[in-house]
Amino acid sequence: MSNAESVLKPMTVSPAREHTRPLFDQVHDWIVTVDHKKLGLMYTLYGIVFLVIGGLEATAMRIQLAIPNNHFLSPQTFNQLFTMHGTTMVFLVGMPLLFGFANYLVPLMIGARDMAFPRLNAFSYWMSAMGGIILYFSFIGGSGLYGAGGAPDVGWFAYAPLTSPAFSPGHSTDYWIIGLLVSGVGSIGTALNVVTTVLCMRCPGMTLGRMPLFAWLNLVTSSLVLIVISPLTAAQIMLLIDRYLGGHFFDTQAGGSAVIWMHFFWIFGHPEVYVLIIPGFAFASEIIPVFSRKPIFGYAIMVAATLSIGFLSLGVWAHHMFTIGMTSYANAFFTASTMAIGVPTGIKIFNWLGTMWGGKIRLTVPMLFCIAFLFQFLIAGLTGIMLSASPFDWQLGNSYFVVAHFHYVLIGGLVFTIFAALYYWYPKVTGRMWNETLGRWHFWLFLIGFHLTFDFMHVPGVLGMPRRIYTYEAGRGWEVWNMIISVGVIFQIAGILFWVVNFVWAYFKGKPAGNDPWDAWTLEWSTSSPPPDYNFAKEPVVRSRRPLWDLKHPEDPDWKYE
Amino acid sequence: MGRHFRICLVRGCVAILLVGVATVAFAAGSSDPAIPNIFSPASTPADSIYHLSVFVLAICLGIFLVVFGLLVYALVKFRQRASDDGREPAQIYGSNQVELAWTVIPVLIVVVLFLATARVIHAVEDARFPTGTLEVTAVGHQFWWEFQYPQQGFVAANELHVPVSDPKSPTPTHITLLSADTDHSFWVPKLAGKTDLIPNRTNSMWIDPHETGVYLGQCAQYCGTQHAKMLLRVVVQSKDDFDRWVASQRKPVQNLDAVAHGRQVFDATACVNCHSIAGTEAKGKFGPDLTHLMSRETIAGGAALNNRENLRLWIKDPEALKPGSLMPAMQLDDKDLDAVTDYLQSLR
Amino acid sequence: MPLGHEMRGRVGMWCLIAAESAIFSIFVVAYLYYAGKSLNGPTPREVLHLPVFDSICLFSSSFTIVMAERAVAQGKMRFFGIWWLLTIVLGAIFIVGTAREWYHLIYVDGLTISSSLFGTTYYSLVGLHAFHVIAGLTGLSIIMIVTALGQVKQEHASRIEVFAMYWHFVDAVWVVVLTVVYFIAI
Repeated sequence: MSNAESVLKPMTVSPAREHTRPLFDQVHDWIVTVDHKKLGLMYTLYGIVFLVIGGLEATAMRIQLAIPNNHFLSPQTFNQLFTMHGTTMVFLVGMPLLFGFANYLVPLMIGARDMAFPRLNAFSYWMSAMGGIILYFSFIGGSGLYGAGGAPDVGWFAYAPLTSPAFSPGHSTDYWIIGLLVSGVGSIGTALNVVTTVLCMRCPGMTLGRMPLFAWLNLVTSSLVLIVISPLTAAQIMLLIDRYLGGHFFDTQAGGSAVIWMHFFWIFGHPEVYVLIIPGFAFASEIIPVFSRKPIFGYAIMVAATLSIGFLSLGVWAHHMFTIGMTSYANAFFTASTMAIGVPTGIKIFNWLGTMWGGKIRLTVPMLFCIAFLFQFLIAGLTGIMLSASPFDWQLGNSYFVVAHFHYVLIGGLVFTIFAALYYWYPKVTGRMWNETLGRWHFWLFLIGFHLTFDFMHVPGVLGMPRRIYTYEAGRGWEVWNMIISVGVIFQIAGILFWVVNFVWAYFKGKPAGNDPWDAWTLEWSTSSPPPDYNFAKEPVVRSRRPLWDLKHPEDPDWKYE
Repeated sequence: MGRHFRICLVRGCVAILLVGVATVAFAAGSSDPAIPNIFSPASTPADSIYHLSVFVLAICLGIFLVVFGLLVYALVKFRQRASDDGREPAQIYGSNQVELAWTVIPVLIVVVLFLATARVIHAVEDARFPTGTLEVTAVGHQFWWEFQYPQQGFVAANELHVPVSDPKSPTPTHITLLSADTDHSFWVPKLAGKTDLIPNRTNSMWIDPHETGVYLGQCAQYCGTQHAKMLLRVVVQSKDDFDRWVASQRKPVQNLDAVAHGRQVFDATACVNCHSIAGTEAKGKFGPDLTHLMSRETIAGGAALNNRENLRLWIKDPEALKPGSLMPAMQLDDKDLDAVTDYLQSLR
Repeated sequence: MPLGHEMRGRVGMWCLIAAESAIFSIFVVAYLYYAGKSLNGPTPREVLHLPVFDSICLFSSSFTIVMAERAVAQGKMRFFGIWWLLTIVLGAIFIVGTAREWYHLIYVDGLTISSSLFGTTYYSLVGLHAFHVIAGLTGLSIIMIVTALGQVKQEHASRIEVFAMYWHFVDAVWVVVLTVVYFIAI
């Protein structure tokens, strides 16, 4: 038996569950931990809790908008809700979830013992967590001179001069700024950690060309985070200087520019959406091959496409500003760059299709979510291409068409792949298998709800309904669509309930999953479920992209063909 | 199980496509003037955008059908069957020719889309205006619209009147966009795409409506609490009707004795700090010009119809009609309230 | 790729430098964008004087820290301590010089962060840099104390190198700030 084989032999002994230690000790363990797996879990749970909170905020808004001239919510409350919903979903759900998965899985997949900087890892997690707490404290703490409950109500992109002290008195906007500044420090710390881990901590034999795509895509994501969160941090510091030190960065009365805030924000904001979705691509790129029983089609091209998406994403930001009156040359440039980024994105869809082609597709719950992702991301990408044509955006920018588009990407794309990932890696993390029937109920209910809400949401946009309005006039043709959109929420909530019940039940009563329930090929499946604290008893040595395939198929290993 | 699955899949796809087509057809075909439908344009900028949109949509639909079809086919053909022998399928790592094909084709599509788009960008943004173009300056306020007619020398609010434009000899309206406070956006879908009003910045747009009528829109950039009720009405009139309207807007207000008391209350209370009435002491600029208030169909930035009941309520308690608006409750007793309402109703 | 475990510190520091460079870039862009657009107040030409001495001190501190790095790599802890102390002194002179310049600008020339666009962008950019210098001086001082206690040894040379990367970065930013504020937009 070769050295590689003896190292990769699956471990058969699971670490005992810690039922016998006192509760205080267990909690203390989690608070002071620097273990990437525990931190990854905390990030993920944090993201899930805020997913539910953000979802409740959305539900309240949809109740208000179900009929015209509704009085369920006051305009002030509605405006706070859409601000908090957007800010929560991007910063307190998306970022923690992606960092949670990266934290847990990257070291396991590259055969490492932990992240490069475990203490920085813990520091970053707690900073991110604290940022969210600060933001949500605003609901009780933010009342300023004008009272009226204090969550920020300036929209998640907080355009100037609405955020100036003149138009946003009190402290609500400050909670938005400081909550995100603190959370941003955490994001930069974890991104730094992921980049260093991927570049420096790979096991022997694992060249960059033999890393799982998950590791590659997280490398690109974290590199983007490093240079992209900073513009937001800078802009927020400038806004604080305006609000507290009498600065004039965005003070139009003093000759300052409202547009420069937009530039700074979107230089962050556009690459940020790629930061959010590329981990979704990473999940799909690991799950689809396993359930098609084939390697990913075009590994090198997938890497190249992701790198180009990363670079190009830095050059498209002003497609969020097509209506601000830029010159025709600027509008044309950003139209071109935005259309260009559609090419590598499309290539990825084709490669996933190529992976499935000629395979033996197993329709497990994770695979169902990935398949839905493919359809939905295709549609989302196409509505994106439509919006990239700036004249089209002049009509549909800032309308419900855009809201539909980005929810299509973020829910139809990202959340679906997150669900796929949660179902796929749950057995590894907990050692238990979830219930298949409940999983399918989750999938179908959520799918129906998603499509009811977000397919039909495109229509009010086309019929002239702008976004961020707490109510609307009857007689503009928007009523029936808004009602359908709101009804879809019920199905989504039902789906989520099935999922929560499934995972909670499975944690206590699920069948033991074993090390490798899916017959997969990357290194995390060679450890026990859950993995021991030290991950690998002996450092793995690999010869190809699919070390477990090589072990399972010694007559036809990957390294002969790569 | 396999055949059942296939049938379900095909039926599901057909259902989705039918619903999609029906929705799109419904949305596109609706030309009811009260519905601000971007697919029912009534002015050249909206029209150019409409034609470009149809082109882009057609291409995107084509791409969708091809990829969607391939995905469905793959799902049906390559699904693991119950009778499977458990062997792994052929392990294909990639294909350079295929990758090249599905890179080159999208690049070509993007080039075509871009060229079509660039043409429309240029046509709309860099348009030249013939003599006889009406100049209007729109100033965005929280939460109402000010419309200045510099050539004609008067100021209106919330309802924009423009002449209809005959495509054979166009009389477009050129709108300069400014803001007095935060960002706003002027969006009347049937007439043009939206353009933002940004403080300390001058923006520009134009419309040339081909048919008379009232076109609806509203502010499309979140500007604060009552962003939702910063509504727009563009009244497109025949040349004669428009000239008559201009003439009436330029007439000074009549001083009727019947409403003298109301006028006194208006001048003495803080009303004059915010509002102007041409030919009187009232010269406030913070709120809308009220000189010809009764020539408008709506009040409060479009939030309510302009009738006695609403007008009285608006003055008494603005929060009832538009909570969060910047008009304060004037704390008038009923007698003064009625008098002021009478006075305002005399401003035709 | 030849990057291994031992390169972690350097790779991590490069990541931090990338992130910080992005923050500084935004402040530089704001400074350049608003150059000449102030509605009032003294102009840069009227009140800014190239801080030659302070800049020479700061740039020299990069030299002294390189000498310190060499000393610790060779195990010459005494020399390391001396060069390290010199670095701190030179950095401190820079900060004191900045403080004096600002005192003059505020109380004599009437330029504050709220007086004009120039004031806002100038103090923010130079202040952000000064903040990073102070953070660096804090780190340098902590290492100085630990060195004085005899706890810093030759085997810590690579960690000293990683810290020194940060200090070099701070110097490099000063090159950019000098160029933008005192040469381009003056």
